[in-house]
Amino acid sequence: MTETTAADPIHDFIASAVADHPVVLFMKGVPEQPQCGFSAVCVQILDHLGADFVGVNVLQSDELRQGIKAFSDWPTIPQLYVKGEFVGGADIVREMFQSGELKTMLAEQGVLEA
Amino acid sequence: MPIAQAQLEAILRDGFPDAQITIEDLAGDGDHYKARIVSEAFKGLPRVRQHQLVYAALKGRMGGELHALALETAAPA
Repeated sequence: MTETTAADPIHDFIASAVADHPVVLFMKGVPEQPQCGFSAVCVQILDHLGADFVGVNVLQSDELRQGIKAFSDWPTIPQLYVKGEFVGGADIVREMFQSGELKTMLAEQGVLEA
Repeated sequence: MPIAQAQLEAILRDGFPDAQITIEDLAGDGDHYKARIVSEAFKGLPRVRQHQLVYAALKGRMGGELHALALETAAPA
């Protein structure tokens, strides 16, 4: 993670979003209507696994779009956070889904719907 | 501005001199690539750190000049 910048409202918004919600996907568009193929794949995977997640649309503000990249030191969207930890972008999420690792991890974190 | 495949390979080669690098131009437009990089540099690192090393080697081009780069990284078996 990057150093905390004092009095950075975007940083604070992101930090509280990932603290308040067990599974957060920063994405382009909303889960019901993703606006990028990579974001859509992540939504499909989370839906398929039955993970209850909150989607944050980074297209709503340029500060947020740039802020999340700085927050996680990761240059691309989507970005998946589980229990406040950065899990990865689209390639990592897909790889972990295909290997079964993602399901195991989400189950261990207790964030899969029964 | 898209990046030519040879240029992308040269940049990655620069960052990972020991690596086995395979690049595919997914859409044929010089803007959507898939790279598989196998390097000792990734040994023992979680995937997020492995990809961050690649992004660091790309020196800010990712998300800018380079729109889409699907990454697969691994340490040699």
